[in-house]
Amino acid sequence: MKFGVVIFPGSNCDHDTYYVLKDIMKQETTFLWHKEHDLKNVDCVILPGGFSYGDYLRSGAIAKFSPLMLEVVEFANKGGLVLGICNGFQVLLELGLLPGAMLRNKNLKFLCQHVHIKVENNKTLFTRKGKKGQVLKIPIAHYEGNYIAPPDTIQELKANGQIIFRYCDAEGHLNEEANVNGSLESIAGLVNTSGNIMGMMPHPERASEMILGSEDGKIIFDSIINKLV
Amino acid sequence: MKVRILVSYKKSILDPQGQTVKNALLTMGYNFIQDVRQGKVFELELEGISQEEARKVIPEISDKALANPIIEKFSWEIIE
Repeated sequence: MKFGVVIFPGSNCDHDTYYVLKDIMKQETTFLWHKEHDLKNVDCVILPGGFSYGDYLRSGAIAKFSPLMLEVVEFANKGGLVLGICNGFQVLLELGLLPGAMLRNKNLKFLCQHVHIKVENNKTLFTRKGKKGQVLKIPIAHYEGNYIAPPDTIQELKANGQIIFRYCDAEGHLNEEANVNGSLESIAGLVNTSGNIMGMMPHPERASEMILGSEDGKIIFDSIINKLV
Repeated sequence: MKVRILVSYKKSILDPQGQTVKNALLTMGYNFIQDVRQGKVFELELEGISQEEARKVIPEISDKALANPIIEKFSWEIIE
């Protein structure tokens, strides 16, 4: 399987993601420069974490106008796999490929810490190697991860099983304390209705080796890689 | 022509920055302050476009780029 990691000016998790996919997951991986119009025949596009365009205007708001995004939207609309991590999730929201928006964290602090998230739906191409209800330990690092959407959108997300991850405590319980950024419904990750586009705030690429305290993030990459098996 | 566009959170959206500013002003003794909402101001210089065209295109720009219609609203005026 061939992965493409998009680089925007200000992306800073691009090399981590590339390293995990190539050296740990042993997959063919390439960088995709945001000014190009070539997806280089990848099977999965990753929009990595970071601060594309310095978070000017709004997180992800300028990146959506990058030339490469025309190809990414076309690829996504044709069913291509797209994973947005952190800032990548924010870009997917700004592009309208996923519903909703991000507000600043409820405590107005940049949060950089390990959190627990619960797999709410393992019947997706991004979570099929996980178990429903499984608690994953994966770090977050964001200022604007407080997910919000209109009530009817939230209802649809629930009805369609589009909520993939929720912030929880170590035992898998949902509560206000575990919902560190204040997201509606404790939402940490979402998928589109067709199931080929996922956005998540936690960083699976930072939790793919035990030396970093967790390798739960590999479940997501493993799920994508095994989609055809 | 110069236009000023004001973008702020919709009423239904909690504005924690505005709340923090409000609390600071209350601490300063301005007890009459009931609420503070914080927003963004954009000033655009335009050339080669009529006021009529501007009235059409400025909302478009605001909706597509300057504001995120899910959480924000905008207003605008011609200032020069």
